[in-house]
This record gives sequence, C-alpha cells and structure tokens, in this order.
Amino acid sequence: MNDQYLRNIIRDVETELGIHQAKRMPRRSFVKLTGLAGGGLVLAFNLGETGSSLIAQTGDSTFAPNAFIRISPDGSILVYSKNPEIGQGIKTSLPMIVAEELDANWADVVVQQSPINQALYGRQAAGGSRSIPANWDQLRLAGANARIMLVTAAAQEWGVPATDCETEMSEVIHPHSKRRLGYGELANKASRLPVPDQNTVSLKERKDWKLLGTRVTGVDNHALVTGQPLFGIDQKVPGMFYATYDKCPATGGSVRSANLDEIRLLPGVKDAFILEGTGQVTELMPGVAIVAESTWAAFSAKRHLRVVWDETEASKDSWSGSVERARELSTQQGVETVVSSGNVEEAFSNAETILEGFYSYPFLSHATLEPQNTTAWYRDGSVEIWAPTQTPQRGISNAAKILGITEDRVTLHQTRVGGGFGRRLMNDSVCEAVAISKKFGAPIKLQWTREDDMAHDFYRVGGFHGLRGSFNKEGQLTAWQDHFVTFSADGKNPVSGGNISESEFPAPLVDNFDLTQTMLPLGTPCGPWRAPRSNGIAFAVQCFIHELAVAAGRDHLEFILDIMGQPRWLDPGNSRALNTGRAADVIKLAAEKAEWGRRLPKGGGLGLAFHFSHAGHIAEVAEVSVDDNRKITIHRVTVAADVGPIINLSGAENQCQGAVIDGLSTTLGLGLSIENGRVQESNFDQYPILRIGNAPKVDVHFIQSEHAPTGLGEPALPPIAPAVCNALFVATGHRVRELPLSKEGFSV
Amino acid sequence: MPTLRLLVNGTEHVLDDIDPSMPLLWIIRDNLSLAGTKFGCGGGFCGACTVHVDGNPVRSCSVPVASVVNRDITTIEGLASTNGTLHPLQEAWIEHDVPQCGYCQTGQIMTAAGLLSKNPTPSDADVDRAMAGNLCRCGTYNRIRQAIHTAARKGGKS
Repeated sequence: MNDQYLRNIIRDVETELGIHQAKRMPRRSFVKLTGLAGGGLVLAFNLGETGSSLIAQTGDSTFAPNAFIRISPDGSILVYSKNPEIGQGIKTSLPMIVAEELDANWADVVVQQSPINQALYGRQAAGGSRSIPANWDQLRLAGANARIMLVTAAAQEWGVPATDCETEMSEVIHPHSKRRLGYGELANKASRLPVPDQNTVSLKERKDWKLLGTRVTGVDNHALVTGQPLFGIDQKVPGMFYATYDKCPATGGSVRSANLDEIRLLPGVKDAFILEGTGQVTELMPGVAIVAESTWAAFSAKRHLRVVWDETEASKDSWSGSVERARELSTQQGVETVVSSGNVEEAFSNAETILEGFYSYPFLSHATLEPQNTTAWYRDGSVEIWAPTQTPQRGISNAAKILGITEDRVTLHQTRVGGGFGRRLMNDSVCEAVAISKKFGAPIKLQWTREDDMAHDFYRVGGFHGLRGSFNKEGQLTAWQDHFVTFSADGKNPVSGGNISESEFPAPLVDNFDLTQTMLPLGTPCGPWRAPRSNGIAFAVQCFIHELAVAAGRDHLEFILDIMGQPRWLDPGNSRALNTGRAADVIKLAAEKAEWGRRLPKGGGLGLAFHFSHAGHIAEVAEVSVDDNRKITIHRVTVAADVGPIINLSGAENQCQGAVIDGLSTTLGLGLSIENGRVQESNFDQYPILRIGNAPKVDVHFIQSEHAPTGLGEPALPPIAPAVCNALFVATGHRVRELPLSKEGFSV
Repeated sequence: MPTLRLLVNGTEHVLDDIDPSMPLLWIIRDNLSLAGTKFGCGGGFCGACTVHVDGNPVRSCSVPVASVVNRDITTIEGLASTNGTLHPLQEAWIEHDVPQCGYCQTGQIMTAAGLLSKNPTPSDADVDRAMAGNLCRCGTYNRIRQAIHTAARKGGKS
C-alpha cells in the first residue's frame, strides 16, 4: 500500500533542516553564470552539484542579481516566492525577508510565484512549518547581495566610497552630499557589476529591521476578493474537457466490470474507460474515468456509473472494532518498548496516588475546501500540468513515472492552493489527471467531488493512549506510563502520522518513564494532517497532566511549570528542540493574559495546555462554559507563542487564530467512522466544520525571542483540544477522554 | 436541449444546448469562465458558491439554471463598481487581511454583501446568523466579523 512513501513524506517535511539547524552562512551562495548573451547579469544559487543550470536571461537592463529578484529601470521590484501558497501566507512572508535585506520599499515590490526549478531554488514544498526556517538564510542573503551591488553602482556613479552610502526605501543615499538614486535608476549599471564575495556580505541586525515584524497584508488579497482565477480549480486551457475518476470506496479494490457502454451514451459524455493503475495509493489506483464536455456532464454521468468492484485485496477496516480492541489492550503493556527510563513499577509502588486514563481520538479528513483537482495536457510525449499541490517537485516525478517519460518532459505550474493541511503533500490527483489526458488524447481537468475527496483521503490516523501516572506526597510527578495503540499497514512500522517519538513530552522530564506501543492492522491510507502526531498526542498528554495536577491538589499552572524545571534545552545544541525556559515563558504569558486564577460563574472554567511541535513553543488557555444540556460555549482562547522573531505580524496572528479554530472543529465535532473499509461520512453535513457563530475570539501574544525564526502553520493547533477539555473539567467536574466531544453528548 | 438567456453582472448571455437542470455554479464557472464563484461541496453546505439572485445570496451549486432565467444574477466579479472601485466589503477584507487560503472568501463576501444590503449596521449576532452557511476551513472567522463591521461603518453598500 505504499506506506513507506507516506512515512517518507513526513520524514521529508520534518527533516530538511536536520535537527541541528545550520546557523552558519552558506558558503558562497551565488555563482555567476558566464557566457550568456545580452547585457543582463544573471546569477544562480550555488547548490552544489545541481547548481549549474541556467535561469532565464533577461537580456535587457533589468537587474537580476539572483533567482529571486528582478529590478526594472522603472523601479519596480519583482520578487519570486518559491514555495506553494496553501494559506500559510508564505507568498507574502518569504518576499518580505528579501525586501528587508534589500531595503526595498514594499510598495515597489511585486510578488510572483516562481517556476519549479530544483537547481535554482532548491526544495520547493509546503509542509512541516518549515518554509521560513529553511529559507531564512538564503533569502536574507539574496536581498543583501543585491543591495550591495546597487550601493556599488551608485558609489561608482558618484565617485564616492561605497562605505559612505546608505540605503532606504528602494534608494541609495549619499548623506554627505544629499544625493539619492532610485534602485530603478541603478538597475542597468548594477547588472554589469561582479557579484560580491558572500563572505563580505553582512546582514542587518534585528534592531534595524523596518519591514519584518510589521503587519503586511497578503499580496494576493486584491485578486482573491475580486475572484481572479488563482487556484488549481480555476485553470482552463484551450480545447479542454472535464473528467471524473471513480475508485473503490474501500481502498485497494479493483474494477471487475462497469457499465461503460451505457455511460458513453449519456449527454455530454465523450468517453469512459477503466484505468488499471499502479496499485500505489499515492499514485494511481484502479478506477473508472469519465470524460465529458462539462464538469456537470461528468458529475451527472458519474451518478449513473455502476462498477462491480473486486474487493479481494480491499481494506476491511472497522473503526468500532479497533476501539474495542484498543480498549482491551490498554490495560496491558505494549508489544514494543519505545522508551523506558528509571523504574516505573518501583515508583508506582512508592507513590502516594496512581491515576489511570484511556484516551482516544478518531480518524480525520483534511477536507480542504478546494476539492482535489488537476488540469493536465499530455501531447507528443510531454505533459503540462496545473496543480494545487504542496509538493510540486514530487508531482513532477510522480507524473513522469505514471507516463513513462523523463522528468524534463513534465512542466508543472504552481497554482494557489485552496487549503493544504497536509492533504496535498500527495499528488494522487496529478497522477490520475495525466493518465486520463494521455489515454483520452486531449487536455482535461480532473475534478473530484466532495464525496470523492472525503472517501479518498490520506487520513489523520486515530490513536489510543492507556496512561498511568503517579505523584509522591509532595504532589510531584514521579512516574509516567503510556501504552500507545496505533496502526500499521505493513505490520512493521506505524502508519504515517501514527508514530510517537521517544522524546515526546514529558519523557525527558520524568525520572521514571515507560512508553510502549502496539500496532493494529490497517488498510486505510493515512498521512500527515496539520501538526502530525502532535494533533492527537497533545490531547492525551496535556489532559492527563491536568488530571494528575487535580488529583495532587495542585494548581495546574504551577504543576506544569514544576515539570519544566530549570530553563534548559532538552537536546543541548539542538536549537529546534524543546527549551523548558521558552516553554515556561509562554505558559506564564498565556496564563497572565487569560487572567489565570480568576473565578468564573457556575458552569464556567479556564483550561490550560502547552505543546511543543515544529520547534514552536505554544501555550493556550480556553475559557468555556457549559449548560445543563451539555451545550458548550467557547468564550475566548488566549494563545502565547514563541517561534522566535515574527516575520509578518498579520499573517502570524492569522495562523494562530486559524489553527485554534481548526483544532476546535476537531475537538468539538469531527471524526470519521470507517466500516468495511469505507469511510461513512461523505460531505459537510456529516463532517461539521466549525461555523462562525461558534468561533471564539482568539487573542494571540508573541514572545519574540532571539532564536532563529521557526514556522507557524502547525504548532498552534495541538494545545487547543486539551485546553478546552481541561476547561470543561473545571466547569463540570467531568473528564473527557474521547474526542470529539460530540461523542459524549456535548454540542455547541 | 434548450437555449437559455441569463443576466449575469449586467450582461446578457445566450447559452445554447444547456441542460436546464445544470446548477448555476457550473454555468458560471465552465460556460461563462467566471472563476470567482467556487465549488466546495455541491450540496449547499459550505457557501463557497454563493452568488446573488435579485440581490439575495443563494448557493449556486444547488440552483438549477432554468430557475434563474431572466433574474438578475451577480457574482463576485460584478460586486465592485464598473469603474473598478471595490465594494466596501472587498476593501475591508484586504485591510483586515482576512484570507488564508482564500478559497471560501468570495462566497463569504457575497453573503456579507447580502447582509449589509438589508441590515447596514449588523450586530455580532446578526453577522453570525447571516454568515452561518459559509464555512471557512482555515478559520478566519475572527477577521470576517471585523471586516464586516468595518465595511458597515464605511457605509456598507457600494
């Protein structure tokens, strides 16, 4: 079932930087390309052995110092954004980094999505909250490099030392003589200058930042609010047809027969055919394609499609069966030991109190609002693709494999992405679209229905934690035991998103710690879902910590700060590890801003939770009230975050607010039931995404520490479920250990 | 199949060979190439496809095209004035930096425009009620509320 591929995706999105993030400057980041026609200077990034390919020659007096910047004589500054925009705001924040070091006036900057070109741009993908940390140094250098060349050009023009010149707002200034030249006026001259030695390029100090940390609105906002065709689904090519693709509702089934002749006679239908596929769920599974003159003709015909599936190899998964099995297992030790330290049994025998709790969380769908789609045009042994994907470079290799062509014959255009959340790390719709276009012999747009989208996802895997914990007479945490019940497709490793780290909090902070694991078999495909692993684990761990605090008669805030102990890195030398000082600071800030400790009217409560993921330290406090009918109101959520310096304050707040609302959706009402290998929910009437009336006000506070900036697409999500459930306990005395809350009759 | 006449954003379109049961959404997107009206669910649950028919917000994925012949249809592309001046809601959406992925936002704005045309000074509760049919998967609801109030203060209608 191609499970290795899916696990690799998570590894890939989380380890590009390595855990030890390089703080040093890249050695000589730019190389000059020689022997080009025309007058412009064009540089490519030196990316080792792959860095030698050329970029487009501008051939005029445009200043093109590197793959990110084009300055025209009219003063406009084009900055390319290399990574997919999936709602994380990267198309605005990456160019801001360039513009800061360039000292550009943001009003002069025009942003375009860059082409897909590994040699020029390195890895281009959206995942793992990594676009900012992975590109920070590269983009600062790109801006600083260009700025130096512009200063040099001006200094030569004026016959003054470059060191006497300054820059601000897209101008070079010679303060002594009060002369100024705009970047546009300098473009031609700068384009003929040599590249500065990167070792001489100095970057701005943080106190000198003018743009970073301010509120900058999204560069596509105007196009978005006027309905311009930015998304994958909006693409059209001449002579295009519209396609649907029907797969077995239980993953792994193949087509035995289908009423193709009948389908071909339906209005607007051009053809219907079976694709055998590769049998790889991340590529092309067997199914029936219908190609029609319009989306509606294709959708209508699909409703008449009758396929006899061969389900010999298909998934027979049952969620209700898994819950039952996991509950039985939870009281035993797991099959494998993930980590064991100290002596848990001895600590338990000496404990004042031992608590037990069985926590569970269900499967989830990504439910991106833009259903999966791809437009593909295969002709003469080449293919052109327009796809809303988080991993365009993988999309190219996937398409090449499906078509049996080399990657240089695949062109993939990055479109804006109508929601990612991890779903579009996979390019299954790309594979389907290119196969259909090749077989049909014309450009097609493959469009999934919402029902297709919910039936064929790479789901957030459900999970179970059989927890035991103890404290001593002083109320201090002495031992922790977790039997994690998860799922495996191959019987060897957990599915993507279903593993747990040996350093998962609070492992490094408890003297006696046992984490064991048991895997149940699974045929349903799983994949990364916003804050993989953390999105479930945080619920179990942070609620259980609250349970222990309550049982020990201690204030939750004080209890969790006590666990953190002295400020230190838990993995010394690794700047992407948990730092207990940063953790304590955000916990204290969230508590302070939410006025922790205040008494609320009957039925109300404040709940706290902390979680560390994607190098981000985040604490949240939820204020809730519950009435006698278990109707919940979430009044306010307070977020305190330390992800280092903030790039775009507007975007960063938006990410935190969105992550909280997303996490509230899952906490309150989202969960999939799977029976006989089939996901039972099919549309938003059965999968109740939170609506505006139930969305609380979310206050966001940042601690802008001096550490290097890290990503913010994911880490604000995990703490909200435990914060809400802890607040519910305070409000009602009822401990929720199963998500979503609707399972226990709670509603909003 | 019949010929239909549709009035969209003030322009009359004559469409030949149209399945009268085809939802308005797909006429707008596929036939008229107006991409701002989005497909999200096909069942009227998410509101991404919201347009105005005679000034009232409707879910175009669930409206057969035959039922809106000779009606006044406005899509997001027709919300700004013809000289390009944005509707106050569009301005407010930009100012408050509402969008994340942005996919639902045209539908949100069309529903909000319907609200302000009837209730120029809505309360939070009015906003919540009117906007209940529009999902935002990214969770931009805090800013949607703020943007609607800002637009209302600036006069609401374009």
